[in-house]
Formats: sequence, structure tokens, C-alpha cells
Amino acid sequence: MKLLRKLAVGFLVLVAGLSLAAGFVAPYDYARQFRDHSNAPPSHAFPLGTDDLGRDRLSRLLAGSRISLLCAPAAAMAATAIAAAIGMAAGYFGGWLDETATVLTDLFLSLPWLFVLLTLRALLPLNITPWASTAATFLLLAAVGWASGARVVRASVAEMRFAGSILHARACGCSGARLLCFHLLPNLRPVLSAQFWILVPVFLLTEANLGLLGLGITEPVPSLGNLLADLQNYQRIQEAPWMLTPALLLFLIVASLHFVVSGRDTWE
Amino acid sequence: MGIARTAFLLAGAMGAYAQSGGELRFCVRADPKTLDPLLAEEEVSETIRYLTGGVLIRLNRQTQRLEPELAASWKVANNARQIDFELRRNVHFSDGAPFGPADVVATIRRMMSPGLQSGIADSFRSAGGEVTARANGANGVSVFFSTPVAGLELLFDQVAISPARPAPPESAVLGPFQFAEHKSGQYVLLKRNLNYWKTGAGGKRLPNLDSIRLDIQANREIELLRYRRGELHLVDKMEPEAFERLSKEAPASVRNAGPSLDAEFLWFNQSPDAEFPAYKKRWFQSGLFRRAVSAAINRDDVIRLAYRGYAHGAAGPVSAANKLWFNARLSPPRFDPQVALKLLQQDGFRLEGNSLRDREGNAVEWSLITNAGSKPRAQIGTIVQEDLRKIGIRVNFLPLEFQSLIERITRTQQYEACLLGLTNLDIDPNSQMNVWMSSGTHHAWNPGESKPATAWEAQIDQLMELQHTSVDQAARKRAFDRIQEIVSEEQPIIYLVHPDVLVAVSPSVRDALPSPLPPHLYWNIENVSLAAPAPGRKD
Repeated sequence: MKLLRKLAVGFLVLVAGLSLAAGFVAPYDYARQFRDHSNAPPSHAFPLGTDDLGRDRLSRLLAGSRISLLCAPAAAMAATAIAAAIGMAAGYFGGWLDETATVLTDLFLSLPWLFVLLTLRALLPLNITPWASTAATFLLLAAVGWASGARVVRASVAEMRFAGSILHARACGCSGARLLCFHLLPNLRPVLSAQFWILVPVFLLTEANLGLLGLGITEPVPSLGNLLADLQNYQRIQEAPWMLTPALLLFLIVASLHFVVSGRDTWE
Repeated sequence: MGIARTAFLLAGAMGAYAQSGGELRFCVRADPKTLDPLLAEEEVSETIRYLTGGVLIRLNRQTQRLEPELAASWKVANNARQIDFELRRNVHFSDGAPFGPADVVATIRRMMSPGLQSGIADSFRSAGGEVTARANGANGVSVFFSTPVAGLELLFDQVAISPARPAPPESAVLGPFQFAEHKSGQYVLLKRNLNYWKTGAGGKRLPNLDSIRLDIQANREIELLRYRRGELHLVDKMEPEAFERLSKEAPASVRNAGPSLDAEFLWFNQSPDAEFPAYKKRWFQSGLFRRAVSAAINRDDVIRLAYRGYAHGAAGPVSAANKLWFNARLSPPRFDPQVALKLLQQDGFRLEGNSLRDREGNAVEWSLITNAGSKPRAQIGTIVQEDLRKIGIRVNFLPLEFQSLIERITRTQQYEACLLGLTNLDIDPNSQMNVWMSSGTHHAWNPGESKPATAWEAQIDQLMELQHTSVDQAARKRAFDRIQEIVSEEQPIIYLVHPDVLVAVSPSVRDALPSPLPPHLYWNIENVSLAAPAPGRKD
């Protein structure tokens, strides 16, 4: 298992490195249309072939990975921060704050995410650049994805607040804010870290689902999600198996993240 | 002896492919919402209505001429306010009861009763206000309209006659098939109407088929897979990609019926209520700007890349499929970015680096919405985005969930430009009154104008009124030709392509004659037959 974890980390580092250097590594601009070479098979000029509009699949894959690999962790970070704030406040202060937070958490957990995202996406202003649309998509993911984390954090804090060290700090006159920031938060690091690593693949897959519905990141910006939309026509895959590369990459990223998460104790 | 043996062998071969009854199978997308032919509005119910309903007059989808069905003859009278039908004799409903004028009168009355809320009645009302019917002798019926209605005969192509006596509409029909069974989510089964009045060659009673099974299948890939396995006989409205794949595998089973009546287009929001800056409204209200955008879009690339060559460039709302109303003098705008830039310069725009700016220095940027989930439309949007980038226009292309899109373009007007398609079912321009009249609710670029906002819209209004009320077919054609020319000059709607009608017909199906007019595959269903497959062969 240790070897697998090392391989997974190595793979993630490689993919992250390649996609961050997409501007230098990619043969072409991801949006450039070679209209006379649409649906070309892999060749020296187009190592992974071209799509329906003649855009280089490799360039789009590298750019798409960069967006997904930067935005999904950023959204996971934001969701974890929201989860920490709500969970800690609810667990520590209890009372009406806890009840309100619990109701809010239950509400968010019971919401059908996909439909909420579709609705929120439709309410956004139309005249925004593709980059702003990308940021908005992942911010929305963060805004609706914090609930499960908040519940775990709340339970941990509710248990910790009666720990000896915390009671001792309170007896010494330590304020609530100081207690939360300097005594409870450091103890929550393993919980928050786990939540973060769980959310990264979840957000990657949710963005992929939105992409399949044509509602994720807007053209011409690529993401792993909208690159997967090509695979809806599964009969075409037999003729052009190289189209599977984005799916394979997503699978390997999610699997690698799984190995990293399951081995997080080793890393901490 | 040689001749005798040849004749025998030929007879044997004919026997292997002899016409049989058999069951024709094809897919529909969903369960029918109603079996009442007067309430049919969505595609599946309309399919059942077409296959089971008997009508007075039928539009031949190949010749595009009207043909007598239950009416042996008809005459338009009283300056197109009245139509007199002479009904066919010795016709019986599927349950054996005789058909007569009372059934026609009852059907028209029921259709026009406000309580029924029939969509077909709406097309009658919008055409001719109040509509009444009266029996006229033993075999005659007269239908009266309160205003003159041009081309009123065509309205009767969709009115399936039901019995006057109280009975469920699906229980007694006059069409070639009758409803037999519906298993929700699985299939609808139609059985041959044994009392159908029409006969074929040699006096053979029609229809040729014993039954039709409409399998309910929303997934187009599964539909295609089943067709390839020989489980289905027909596939309608194929995606270009699937059509191309199938044409490689079985070239004899795919057919391109040519350009459809449908069109893909984009338009700018010119509504005064729209919530975007006034300078953008000035762009969108400028004919030069719209013409420039139209000239900068490469329609050939749209056809080649988004439709794999299975579409035709559009010059206006009417495609060449509509033989009566197509204006052959018009051709699609030529792709020429230089012409586009010249037009923009004439309108006060200038190119600064890679960005186009208006007189006031505003960068030209707008959003283009469409419905999510349509691959060709997503590709058209991306092509438009790239083509316009080359003349300095930035387009933010955004597919939206369908309901949200409809809400924006029909109610809130919160959009700048929209890319959409229109499915045309009717060839007569009367069906487009709501689109072209400035007061129309479907007047896409500025719905429900209290008075025409521009001189050319006022001219379109006059011409639409003229073609709507004139009984002179040539005058109607001239008026609608001129409307198409104005639309082509002013480009309130920038027409892009007319997609082709792509279908698959199993080699075992005889006499299916795919038409660009809906229903594309089974419009002559009573003549369609199945050949018995040769032993061991699967179509």
C-alpha cells in the first residue's frame, strides 16, 4: 500500500506539473480551431487527434486538467473553511446556534445538489467571461458542498469542548475566540484534512456531471467535465478509442486521491 | 423448358419477399399524453393521431398537393369564408358504424368548444375567428369562418373525424389503424382497421400491415442499436453522426430526405424592456450591425462541422423543402469577414487591435444563450464565437437549462442574443402569423409590440395581413416572398442552416417514401408493407 500511495502522489505531482505548464507543453492554444482537420486521428501534429471542431485534444486535455486540478481543490478548500466555521460555532456554543446550524446542515444535505446547481447557474449574470463562469461554477460547488463536513466538525468540537485541556484553558479565563482559534482548530486538523481530500474528487466528478449536461464550464474553456461530454456517444468510442483519455485521466486522478486520503495519517 | 424454369425460380424468389401483413416497429420518445385526436399536441400523440385518424383532406407529403380523403371533393366559397365538402359514401368507422355529415359537424363543434382547449382549434380560431359547421344534405357538410381565410383547406389535414355518438375517441376511428394497447413506458400497439375505406392496386383492402408497434424509447443510441439488430424497421430524425456511421455499415438502409422545414438561427434582443445598457440596444437595433454579424458567420463550416455536411445554408425562414413558399431568389449570406468589417465601419464601429469598439468606445461584447444538451447547437455557438472573434467581437456563449432559457426569451427578456431552432410542422405561412406580426407573442426579437417599432416591421405586418386574407394564391406568394426578402435584408433573425431530414428504413420495408415534411417516414402508411425476410436473414 505504501508503494501505491507513493505512486499516487507521484502521478498527481506529474499531472499537476504538466497541466500547470500547459502553456509551454501544449502544442497549440486550446481554443484554436483547425477546421480542415476536424475529428483527425492521433498523428505527429495532433498526438491525441482533434475534436469535432478541429481543436487539438492534447492541448485541451492539458488545459482542462489545469482548470479542474486548480479549481476543485480551491473549491474544496473553501467548502472546508465554511464547514469548519459553521461546525465549530455549532459544536462549541451549542444552544440555538447549534440548532440553527443543524437545521441548515440537514437542509443542505437533503437538497438535490445537481438541481440546485442548475438553478443557481441559471441565475448568474449571462455576460461573464468563460473564466468568471469557471470560477462561479466552482464557487457554487463550494457553497453547496460544505454540509457533510460541518456535521463531522460539529461532532468533533462538541466532544472536545469537555476535554481536560479545554476546560483548563477556560478556567484560566481564555476567551471563546481564542479557544476556538488556538486550542480547538489545531486539534481539528486531521478532520479538516480528511474533509478536504474527500471533497476534491467529489467536486471533480460533480463538475464532470455538469459538463456532461452541457452546463459546466463554458466554451471554449476546457475542463475534464466538458471534455467527457464527447463520450456520451459511446458507439463512437470504438472508432476513436483515444477519446477515452479524459475519462482515463479523471479515473486515475480520483483513484490517486483515494490512495492519498486513505494514507493521510502516514503523511501527517 | 428453360423459360418455365426461370419463371418458377422467379416465382420462388417473389414468394420469399412476398408482401405480408406483419408488424411494423419503430420508436417514439415518450408515452402519449392523450389518445384524443383533438387534444394531440406533442409528437407521440400526433403520431397516433396520424396513424389512426381519418381526415377530410390530406396533404400529400411528396407532391405537397392536397388530396381528397373522407371528403370526395370540396369547394371554397363566399370569398374564403366557407368550405363545402362532399363526403365519400360507404365509409365506416373501425367499429362498423357508418360515417356521415353528423360526425363531421360533431367533430368541428367539439373541437371548437372552449371547454376542450384543443390546440387544433387555436389554429382555426387564429385563422378565421368563429368557426361553425352545418350538414348540407345527405352527404354534404359546410364549414363557415367569420373572416376570409387563405389556404383554409390545409387546416383540415389535422382534424381527425370522431363519431357523433358518445364514444371514447380512440374506440371508433376512420384511419388505417386503430388503438389496441398501451403499456406505459413500454409500447403502444395499433391494429389494422378492418373497415378502412381505402383500397390499393387490384382492389386490395388497405392498409397492408397488420399492426404497428411504437416502442417507447428515449435513448437514441439504444434505438439505433435495436435498429441495427433488426428489431426496428424505421428510425426518424437521426443525428448526423449516427447517420454517417450507419451509412458506412448499411448504405442501403439510410436515406437523406433533403433539407427539412426546420431552421437553426440566432437573434438579438431588441425589446425596449431588456435590461442591458442602451448602447447595446443601439447595436442590436442597427440593420448594418446585424448584417455584419450574419456575414461574419461561416455557414459552410457550420454545415461541415456541426452537421457533417447534412444541412443546407439558410437564407430565410423557408427551406427548399417547402415547394410552395420557398423564395428561390434568395441565397444564404456569403461568408466574408471583410464585408462584415466594412458594414461595421459604416455603422461607426472601429477595430482597435483585436477588439471592436463602437462610436463611444465601448468594446463590442455580448452573451449568446442556447439550450443545454444539444450538441449541434453547442458546436454552432462555438463556431459563431470563433468567427466573430476574428472581427473583434467577443461572444460569451452560455448554454442554459431549457426552462430557464424559455423564461428569459418569453417573459423576463433577460438576455442579449439567443441561438435556437424552430421545428416547423406546417408549410403555410399562416401558421407563422404569431412570429412575423409585430404584435405576435413569438415575434422573437421584440415580442408583443403595441405598434411596429420600425418601418420594415410595419411593412411585414401589412404583407402578412395580405397573405392571410387574400384568396389569390399568386398574390399570397408574392406577399410572402417579399416578407422573406425583408427578413433577408434586415436580418432580425439571422438564419444559419436548415438541417437535413436523415432517416433509416429497413430494406424489408416496401413503399416507404421519406419526405422532408413531417411525418417523414409514415405519411403514406396505408401503402407501406413488409417483405418476409429470406430464411436466416436479419434486416
